Amino acid sequence: MRRKAVSLLSRVARPSALQSPLVAPIASLPRYYSSHGPPNAKLNQPIQYNTSTYLSHTAATTLANPELPASIRTSGNTTRQNLYQSINSALSTALSTDERAILFGEDVAFGGVFRCSTNLLDKFGPDRVFNTPLNELGIIGFGIGYAAHHDSNTAIAEIQFGDYVYPAFDQIVNEAAKYRYRGAGEFSCGGLTIRMPVMGVGHGALYHSQSPEAFFCHVPGLKVVIPRGPVQAKGLLLASIRERNPVIFMEPKILYRAAVEEVPVDDYELPLEKAEILAKGSDVTVISYGTTVYTVELAAKAAKETLGVSVEVIDLRTIYPWDKETIFESVKKTGRCVIVHEASKSGGVGGEIAACVQEECFLRLEAPVGRVAGFDAPMGLIFEQFNLPDVARVFDTIKKTVEY
Amino acid sequence: MPTTLTKWLGRRIFRAFGGNNNLTGAQQIKSHVSAPPPIESNCVQTRSPATDSLIPRRRRHQQPHHLRHHLPQSLLRIVDLLPSGFLSFLRLRPSTSSSPPSDITMLASQSRKAALNAFRSSSRKPLVAALSARSVSVDATASQDAQAPEDPDKPFTIKLLSQSFDAYNIEPPSLDFVTTKNELINMYNDMAAVRRMEFAADRLYKERKIRGFCHLSVGQEAVAVGMEKAITPDDQVITSYRCHGFAYMRGASVKSVIAELLGRREGIAYGKGGSMHMFAKSFYGGNGIVGAQVPVGAGIGFAMKYLGRPNVTFALYGDGAANQGQVFEAFNMSKLWNIPVVFCCENNKYGMGTSAARSSALTEYHQRGQYIPGLKVNGMDVLAVKQACAWAKEYTTSGKGPLVMEFLTYRYGGHSMSDPGTSYRTRDEVSWMRTNQDAIAGLRTRLLDWGVATEEEIKELDKKVKDAVDPEVAAAEAAPVPDNTRKVLFEDIYTRGSEPDWLRGRTAEETYYYKE
Repeated sequence: MRRKAVSLLSRVARPSALQSPLVAPIASLPRYYSSHGPPNAKLNQPIQYNTSTYLSHTAATTLANPELPASIRTSGNTTRQNLYQSINSALSTALSTDERAILFGEDVAFGGVFRCSTNLLDKFGPDRVFNTPLNELGIIGFGIGYAAHHDSNTAIAEIQFGDYVYPAFDQIVNEAAKYRYRGAGEFSCGGLTIRMPVMGVGHGALYHSQSPEAFFCHVPGLKVVIPRGPVQAKGLLLASIRERNPVIFMEPKILYRAAVEEVPVDDYELPLEKAEILAKGSDVTVISYGTTVYTVELAAKAAKETLGVSVEVIDLRTIYPWDKETIFESVKKTGRCVIVHEASKSGGVGGEIAACVQEECFLRLEAPVGRVAGFDAPMGLIFEQFNLPDVARVFDTIKKTVEY
Repeated sequence: MPTTLTKWLGRRIFRAFGGNNNLTGAQQIKSHVSAPPPIESNCVQTRSPATDSLIPRRRRHQQPHHLRHHLPQSLLRIVDLLPSGFLSFLRLRPSTSSSPPSDITMLASQSRKAALNAFRSSSRKPLVAALSARSVSVDATASQDAQAPEDPDKPFTIKLLSQSFDAYNIEPPSLDFVTTKNELINMYNDMAAVRRMEFAADRLYKERKIRGFCHLSVGQEAVAVGMEKAITPDDQVITSYRCHGFAYMRGASVKSVIAELLGRREGIAYGKGGSMHMFAKSFYGGNGIVGAQVPVGAGIGFAMKYLGRPNVTFALYGDGAANQGQVFEAFNMSKLWNIPVVFCCENNKYGMGTSAARSSALTEYHQRGQYIPGLKVNGMDVLAVKQACAWAKEYTTSGKGPLVMEFLTYRYGGHSMSDPGTSYRTRDEVSWMRTNQDAIAGLRTRLLDWGVATEEEIKELDKKVKDAVDPEVAAAEAAPVPDNTRKVLFEDIYTRGSEPDWLRGRTAEETYYYKE
């Protein structure tokens, strides 16, 4: 029955030209990674991903990661990949290690607009990698049904842009998140993973640069994961796919090409619900995730150089449920906390973290918890750079918090 | 018995058109994908200054190449008698001058099965309905005999191609198209201006002055222009993200459209929306989310009805969006409440990178309203579009409820600027459509044939379009970016929220104060 349904769908969805996969539409987009300050800009310098210390540029630094399994660390097998290539590698690994895993979404069989599923159709065939019509609601509902049929069914759904997920909101919130609970444990759609590109690119405008993570962080039953680079993306995505709870996996789209790392070739997972301390510090804790991690890096550097402030930088990685232990421990140590994200401030992830921090660390806090976020405004085409947190804004908030 | 007969017929027709029946389904699909450029010997290509593209022009006094002529007379009669479902699936256009072989080779074994099903289901319908419905051509060039009168404002009648429409559960519009010389010239002008504007956007994007997402409608101009000619400024239009042409036709200036793409203050949405979001009077914009505008269109239509206005609302969407659930929700509401709205599917054959047949279980988009009557229209023929839209306005505003229309059209470019548009279809297919079924070139041929304008006059028209569009594009390029004042940065937001009192600029010396 399952097989029949899948092959029926894939027949409709089979791509037109197997031999000539869609050339990456995004490939022709110019690189436009950073805020573009004037020549005399002091803080808003372009982000240099190739020198960021939050990315592993050599095999040695990659393999030094204690979170990697020992077998990976000793094999020493790495390859240079950007984020979309490492996602591709993760998907390929997931499909080859789990014969009940299927991958589907708009234009996925051609490789997807960001090339994440390149060549997967050739490797795994049209019954397992297929295009869907432009139906976000249908895609997610379909994925829930497939995953619900059997506990070991794995559905990897792609929403082409995070901004398009809203038609599927009902399926995610009312069906996926509540499936096990309402089914008294008999039914579950835990094998469902929903991938989507999120966050700004500098010119995506209203419907291609939003960050919808906070909506899903309000829904018990879901997990929300956002990686910051290729090594993280592969490990976290594999963990998310194999996780037997529905996971929303958001990929910062500017990093698809910008972030390049030495990525372990073999199969590995990184822990969900665990934050990572990127830089040890003693004066202020700055928490972020996704693209803004690199903005924080520059702001922390500037704070160190100009103010002599030692910043502890934490990448949240799993946004919901988030790693309270690591955050509280850090804030109790530094006494100060700043949260940075691209999504708009009101009702954002920062608000929730700030509330928890004051509940848990009130007596240790030396200053109010700072938040640097997108303004409460839609993402206007020409105002995108203005809307996103930049180095100057993060720096100013660090300064304000430290000098409080 | 009927099954065997249709199977045999299918095979006969297929062979008559040069199809190889021995191919497997997969081979045939592949041969569809990489079909050779079709035979079209009597076309010359000229480069027009206004459209800056290869514009085909059929040599006058030469009869178009009729594939139909290759059919034996007896078979031809059978072809003509076949019901619509069968014909449209085969994409045989009984008296169309030039069907691309790529379409004909679509008759794969799998497809034949579907064609048979279509035949079976349609054979259950009354015979008259089946006979009156015909497959629709996308031919914009075929001329019918007509002679324009001297007086540029004197109406005269043109016979539209018999394959201009395919009706579903309704009588199609008349094929007698009443027009004037001036109106025809006007249509030509508008289509040329839209194309010139789109080419300017294309250039600016390639010069990296326009950033982000940009969806061009080159090839689809006839829909925006024909529709506008059939309605008044008080009729309402809402469309998807491929909206530049509609914005222009609804009254936006070229400057405001291009300035919007460039993110300038003088852009039609102050540079906030970019390509997908343009608004004008009675034009509710391009909408970035696939299908989202369709129920909104139903709401606009209801407002017209509620206020007792004699106006129609056109809600446009693409063949990709046609599968969105909210489109069907809008259909139901509109029929339930008899809303004067026309749902228009611009079928350009590809929803992003997936062809209609690979995304839609029923590619007869005009029949997708099921309980709503529908009309498929040759969307490459601006005259047919106008006729259909005028007919639809008359029907919907007389209290008969909604309609579903499908415009068969074609985009020459990719889905957006970052899509080369050649990986899911062949270059030959694109250039074939460009050369043989171009809306602007088609009208041009007819202007010449009907004596509406001479070669020189059309050249003059092209030059005028160029002189009108180019300076506006230049002015848009020279327009300033928005000021970073509080008013500009946070205007038009429903609820004020987190706007800062002050903001540090790019350097320490640069600080902006927003508190009023």
